Amino acid sequence: MATIVEPTVFELSSPGRRGVTMPASDVPETALPPKELLRSELPLPELAEVDVVRHYMKLSKFNYSVDDGFYPLGSCTMKYNPKINEDTCRLPGYLFTHPLQPIETVQGNLALMFEMQEWLKEISGFAGMTLQPAAGAHGEFTGVLMMAAYHKSRGDTKRTKMLIPDAAHGTNPASVGMLGFTVITIPSDSRGNVDLKALEAACDDTVVGMMLTNPNTLGMFDENIEKVIQLVHKCGGLMYGDGANLNALLGIVRPGDLGFDVMHFNLHKTFSVPHGGGGPGSGPVGVGPVLEDFLPAPLVGIIEEGDEEMAPLYGFVTPKQSIGRMKAFHGHFGGGLVRSYTYIAMHGPDGLKDIAQYAVLNANYLQAKLRDTYKIPFDRICMHEFVAEGRFEGSDIRALDISKRLMDYGFHPPTNYFPLIVHEALMIEPTETENKDTLDRFADALIKIAEEAKSQPDLLHNAPSTTKFGRMDEVKAARELVLCCWLPENYESMT
Amino acid sequence: MTYIPISPNERDAMLKTVGVKSLDDLFDAVPKKHRFPKLDLPPALTEMEAAAHLADMASSNENVREHLISFLGAGAYNHYVPSVVDHMLRRGEFYTAYTPYQPEISQGTLQAIFEYQSLMTNLTGMDVSNASHYDGATATAEAVNLAYAQFRGKRKKIVISPTVHPQYREVIRTYTQAMGLETAGDDPNADLEAGPEALTSLIDESTMLVIVQYPDFFGRIHDYTKLIEDAHAKGSLVCIVANPTALLMLKTPGDMGADIVVGEAQPFGIPLWYGGPYLGFFTTKKSYVHKMAGRLVGETIDNRGQRSYVLTLTSREQHIKRERATSNICTNQGLLALAAAVYMSTLGKTGLEQVANLCYQKAHYAAGELSKIEGFGLCFMEPFFHEFVLCTPRPAGEVNQYLLDNGILGGYDLGRDYPALQNHILVAVTEMNSKDEIDTLVEVLKEM
Repeated sequence: MATIVEPTVFELSSPGRRGVTMPASDVPETALPPKELLRSELPLPELAEVDVVRHYMKLSKFNYSVDDGFYPLGSCTMKYNPKINEDTCRLPGYLFTHPLQPIETVQGNLALMFEMQEWLKEISGFAGMTLQPAAGAHGEFTGVLMMAAYHKSRGDTKRTKMLIPDAAHGTNPASVGMLGFTVITIPSDSRGNVDLKALEAACDDTVVGMMLTNPNTLGMFDENIEKVIQLVHKCGGLMYGDGANLNALLGIVRPGDLGFDVMHFNLHKTFSVPHGGGGPGSGPVGVGPVLEDFLPAPLVGIIEEGDEEMAPLYGFVTPKQSIGRMKAFHGHFGGGLVRSYTYIAMHGPDGLKDIAQYAVLNANYLQAKLRDTYKIPFDRICMHEFVAEGRFEGSDIRALDISKRLMDYGFHPPTNYFPLIVHEALMIEPTETENKDTLDRFADALIKIAEEAKSQPDLLHNAPSTTKFGRMDEVKAARELVLCCWLPENYESMT
Repeated sequence: MTYIPISPNERDAMLKTVGVKSLDDLFDAVPKKHRFPKLDLPPALTEMEAAAHLADMASSNENVREHLISFLGAGAYNHYVPSVVDHMLRRGEFYTAYTPYQPEISQGTLQAIFEYQSLMTNLTGMDVSNASHYDGATATAEAVNLAYAQFRGKRKKIVISPTVHPQYREVIRTYTQAMGLETAGDDPNADLEAGPEALTSLIDESTMLVIVQYPDFFGRIHDYTKLIEDAHAKGSLVCIVANPTALLMLKTPGDMGADIVVGEAQPFGIPLWYGGPYLGFFTTKKSYVHKMAGRLVGETIDNRGQRSYVLTLTSREQHIKRERATSNICTNQGLLALAAAVYMSTLGKTGLEQVANLCYQKAHYAAGELSKIEGFGLCFMEPFFHEFVLCTPRPAGEVNQYLLDNGILGGYDLGRDYPALQNHILVAVTEMNSKDEIDTLVEVLKEM
């Protein structure tokens, strides 16, 4: 087969070619620093602008994206991102403001952040909110640091154990590991809830708290949620909510009302910030009254109250027992908060409830259509996602083969092999921004693939066959470890 | 139902397939007393109204292109972004793709990240780069995690120069507060005129990591080669926090022998955006690649013999290692890494050299002119790149307020972080500052 590989920018380089040129200097010349402080060479590519544009245009066509089609990547899903967000976040007032400008000159930014804090508090039922964390996992780390600081402030030093269900995101135990706490894994029961007996047995005065994703990664709303929270609180632990799946709860229930003490948001998932090949994300954290004083600094507050004639003056405030700063500057303002703010402003309370209802309807619709073909180990009304088993009795077809074959039908595959507690898991999250026709076509493809698995298994083993690239040798990548390339003339000296 | 493409008839048909009567019936598992809260939020705006509202809020800011002449840097810099950068970022195929878990249909993102890694390692003089952190501060904190894992917790001391960015030092303190570490050097009352050799006496056999900044927070260029030798003699690793624009001109941290080079790549094609999102870069020697956090893209071939790229060494990550992972980092800053790669490719070797030279020339012109004003002067003698400390006859806050009244965003007030530096302003000059702007700054200060 003819190769369609695109050279790297280093291979496309030709010495002496120029892209965008900078203006000449308009100031008298100063001598450069002494030679021993200068670099000897700058081994970077040389291309014309047209070379760059064609290169990246070609690369863009090697990607499958939400703008191309259905992308039901469970647990990490990205919905359709409204185009208006792309315009608002690029307004000069946002693009060209420096994070260290005096507060008087950035009242628009601060007002937006203040309102965003208030809106997220209202949506989630929490008393306090920080916008600083840069991603969901960063928010988790923030939350766990606050939980630790809370116990420490009370002189309660023997708490070192964090309870985490077996269906949890891998970031939950990793966040806990970063503080040196021990993870106690709590199993799920047959209906996909936290096993109450196991939880009760684990709850004692050494428990920092519990990190619970609800709805969980099986797509299930925990039917005993109030009891779970009650048990954790009773032993003096705090309840952490992994807000990755908040899409399903907007206008349905507020985690703060249920008794969660702290929760992070994934703005990119729930409130439509594009994820550009993995990021940037944004992970604000909401807290109940017991953790308000521990929030990272600074928060946006009202420094001087306004009145009928004067707008209030917004500025920064530091909570009394703040855990400190989580990143430089104020969070993912322009590319995160402005887009999310735009999205929430365009939905209002009723629109937010619609998001959750249709996300849940779409997931249940797909689940219903696939139930007779694929085993659904936890089969009840799901929330915004569900998990099917990607295997068939008497066949060596695996979830991965099914996923690769889905590409031949023009779909991005679901998440594979997560959660870990389901064999050959296919985790499917359609989101609310897909129409019925798309869901029907996707279900038809999966049903067809199940037939192919019996009649023509090699079609699946060799899939994908219609895409520009075939299956990659991942073992070679890890064993030979080529992580970087150089200009052709530098290869000899570098390798 | 702004972005929900389902008609009422389709909804009813779907509800029937599911076997429930109404949308509300899908939520029986939610405790009844908390179900369907009434949210006190403003009513929905149409697209037209939202666009106007957001524009209104944005225009109540004073920005550094339309309203203010800016000499503010201190970790975020006003550089020119070639038009082509945003055109490429606006390709839906890039910005609406997710983490490239399925390489067959994600080669665009994967190759772009591979090229970003290559550009950064060539820039810093290191062996490997990951696919980026949240920002420079968190990348620096992750360097501590790497060192901690490298010594399996047996070394507990980090030595931090007091001239590492104050917010970066704060983030390191936040990140490590539960690790029981000893920190030395990180003292705002330290002798700030002392060179890097002042840190040497703090390094001992319990030191896991030494952290310095290049150019340092005051803009000074130090050669850290000797410090790194001394640190290595005690078995410690060294992390250099570097400004990527400065690296276009200056000796590479790799050439100095650094073990880890991190920093903030915002100057490379990413707007100021009031502080984020930015792009933390992280490069290191090949021997530490298994301890490094975050995503890595490696080259391989597909089953048709075509060169291709995949996420590799994923067994290091939190999905697999869970609580034994050295970091919980799950995302990368893919879109911003793309911005940096397009920026570097478009300007290319020559254009990037020009950017560095313009920053250097204009900053030195500004420093020369400012120090001629009576009562003002340069506070440090060391060579600098594009940022320098100006001593002022009055408290920095007063000077900056006076400048602001004249439409100039002054430099960073160093007294905020260093008690001894009340009359010191950190001034940044980039290729965006014309001679006229610099002359205006000088004139205004003369009249103060």
